[in-house]
Amino acid sequence: MRRRSADGVISGPPRIPFYNNPRIRGVLYQLILLAALIWLAYEFVINVRANLAAQGFSSGFGFLGNTAGFGVSQSLIAYSESDSYGRVFVVGLLNTLLVSAIGIVFATLLGFVIGLARLSQNWLVARLAGGYVEVIRNLPLLFQILFWYLAVLGTLPLPRQSFSVFGQVFLNNRGVIVPAPLFGEGASYVGGACLLGILATIALARWARHRQDLTGKQFPVFVSGIGLIIGIPFLVLATLGFPISFETPQLRGFNFVGGIRLIPEFIALLIALSTYTAAYIAEVVRAGVQSVPHGQSEAALGLGFKRGLLLRLIVVPQALRVMVPLLTNQYLNLTKNSTLGVAIGYPDLFGLFAGTTLNQTHQAIEVIAITMAVYLVISLVTSFVMNWYNMRLRLVER
Amino acid sequence: MTGPKAFVRQELISALPPPLMASGVVLWLRQRLFSGVFNSVLTVVSVALLAALLWPTIRFLLIDAVWSGSSREACVGQAGPVGACWPFITAKLTQFAYGIYPETEQWRVDLTYLIGVALLVPLLVPRIPYKIANAFLFFAAYPVLAYLLLVGGYENIGLPHVETRLWGGLLVTLVISFMGIIGSLPLGILLALGRRSDLPIVRMLSVIFIEFWRGVPLITVLFFATYMLPFFLPESWKIDPLARVLIGVTLFAGAYMAEVVRGGLAAIPRGQFEGSTALGLGYWRTMIFVILPQALKHVIPGIVNSFIALFKDTTLVLIVSIFDLLGQLRAGFADQNWITPATLFTGFAFAGIIYFAISFAMSRYALYTEQRLAVPR
Repeated sequence: MRRRSADGVISGPPRIPFYNNPRIRGVLYQLILLAALIWLAYEFVINVRANLAAQGFSSGFGFLGNTAGFGVSQSLIAYSESDSYGRVFVVGLLNTLLVSAIGIVFATLLGFVIGLARLSQNWLVARLAGGYVEVIRNLPLLFQILFWYLAVLGTLPLPRQSFSVFGQVFLNNRGVIVPAPLFGEGASYVGGACLLGILATIALARWARHRQDLTGKQFPVFVSGIGLIIGIPFLVLATLGFPISFETPQLRGFNFVGGIRLIPEFIALLIALSTYTAAYIAEVVRAGVQSVPHGQSEAALGLGFKRGLLLRLIVVPQALRVMVPLLTNQYLNLTKNSTLGVAIGYPDLFGLFAGTTLNQTHQAIEVIAITMAVYLVISLVTSFVMNWYNMRLRLVER
Repeated sequence: MTGPKAFVRQELISALPPPLMASGVVLWLRQRLFSGVFNSVLTVVSVALLAALLWPTIRFLLIDAVWSGSSREACVGQAGPVGACWPFITAKLTQFAYGIYPETEQWRVDLTYLIGVALLVPLLVPRIPYKIANAFLFFAAYPVLAYLLLVGGYENIGLPHVETRLWGGLLVTLVISFMGIIGSLPLGILLALGRRSDLPIVRMLSVIFIEFWRGVPLITVLFFATYMLPFFLPESWKIDPLARVLIGVTLFAGAYMAEVVRGGLAAIPRGQFEGSTALGLGYWRTMIFVILPQALKHVIPGIVNSFIALFKDTTLVLIVSIFDLLGQLRAGFADQNWITPATLFTGFAFAGIIYFAISFAMSRYALYTEQRLAVPR
């Protein structure tokens, strides 16, 4: 583009040296970065080999088949000391999922109650809920776990002086003992009946909606739905002669026989995780409800909506759009926070695998890599699903 | 969706009752506490709940409490209701504050705190000038000074070496929080810039880095730093256990910080980039002088919130055998001389007040800054 005119003056844009060209610079920088990373990785590999050789540890995943040789205080599947480390991994993973799943249910229920209480018109209720959120959110979770475990559950009486709830549930320093369900013959029909009740309710709801569209007549779907879901299984139970019974725990000597014992580690972790996450969920609920413009409620009230319908048909669907991604985040946090159970000895994936297994096998690299990978997979899968969900829910604007 | 609706309401709904006629306290009480049967019941239940929570707590902490003594005998010997066992805290106070830092050297910790407060307070008050010099002193010079003071190693000027395994209590909590904060902020800014960069490899690496650390629990990061990191480094490098934890915490907090800063960057209008490019500023100058000052200002509340999270997360180091405040508390519970149920509750109350006070102060400061920076609409 540079031209030399007849009198020798150079015109047009000056030639830029190649090293000042932003594109070439960009490529160069990235190549340098990549080279540095490759060098770093190479150094790591060299060091790992040298260190492993120096300390005489073997590497590889063969240890997963070795006998673990330690007991586990809570297991959802059959487990004995002669089982392998691989089985320990599965036991731990199931325990993690158990405490996370139950924790999520409790945290959601409590969080919604407290979040709505914070928005209450009642000054005292709103303040009380606000105080709960402030106190819980400003104390470390591990502090709360230790508090529940050491101070609250640790000071419960011995089994002989257990607190009892209606003579069915017993609280003592060994945990909580609840009645165990005993399934007799035909118990599986009850599950089927439950399913039937749910399907019938869905069909009823569709019919009621159709009829309301045409005639404006409403049908009490909620009440009749509950009737169906509880009633049908109850009828089945009655005709089969009540095949499900409960085994009440009995005090024999120094301990309880029968029933299911929930270990104190599980209870403490569950309480701490649920109450802690509930405070965050309460904030999510508040943010969600407040994100719905006030005009929406005013318009609905102007149209004659009652308060319940206003919430159900106008506020909640719009608030959910904001809340669902934030809620998922909290659920992920709860799952990740369940690793703190290791501080009180709850046998979750982290405690059993990165704790005990690592101590026994010294396979630090493999064990920590597997543990991190599990949590990473859970997080990434959830966030992919969330992204897909957000894409679907996005408001289509002009 | 279901076709035309056939139903249209024909008659009017009956009118609502007129609004309440009252004012002042009566109106407030009626509207906010007793606006119906349900609300009145809620109010009564709340008052009962509040009384049931507060009264026993006050009795335990103050009225029934034991204030002096030298062992658990002082706390279990008395008749009547059990109260807090404050002598336990008095006896363990040095450990809660310094761990087993040598007694003759504890003045160094106090001096470090003092300098820290002297630098921090003017930084937080908006009216005091010289913010940039102050920030430089606090974030760059102070860590070096604190390192020299706390670690020492200069016998000739009266600063003998103190190993970090002797550190403990609030000292460790504050050191990890502070170092995590000053390490994670620059790391987070770099990662956030990387994630929004035009260079594909830089962007990809930043995303992988951020998503990796955000996807795993902090405790696995601490285990990684404590047990796995030494394998990656040459055998001759002996990294201090506390330093390993600091590396782990910084990487972890940096990834979270990156997402906060990214939010701030996203809020900057495109015109700012175009304007500074038109003025002939290059990438780094655009970022340092135009974009980042605005972006960071936007997200100060978010940054403080991640500091609060970091502060609370420091408790996790007790799982890798570094005794922070909570770790020292737990060690104190194991002391045979002080084992009583009241000791447990007293210890938790004491540590809880400290944790709450610091986190609460930070969150209030975030709120204050948010309100101060809010653009009036």
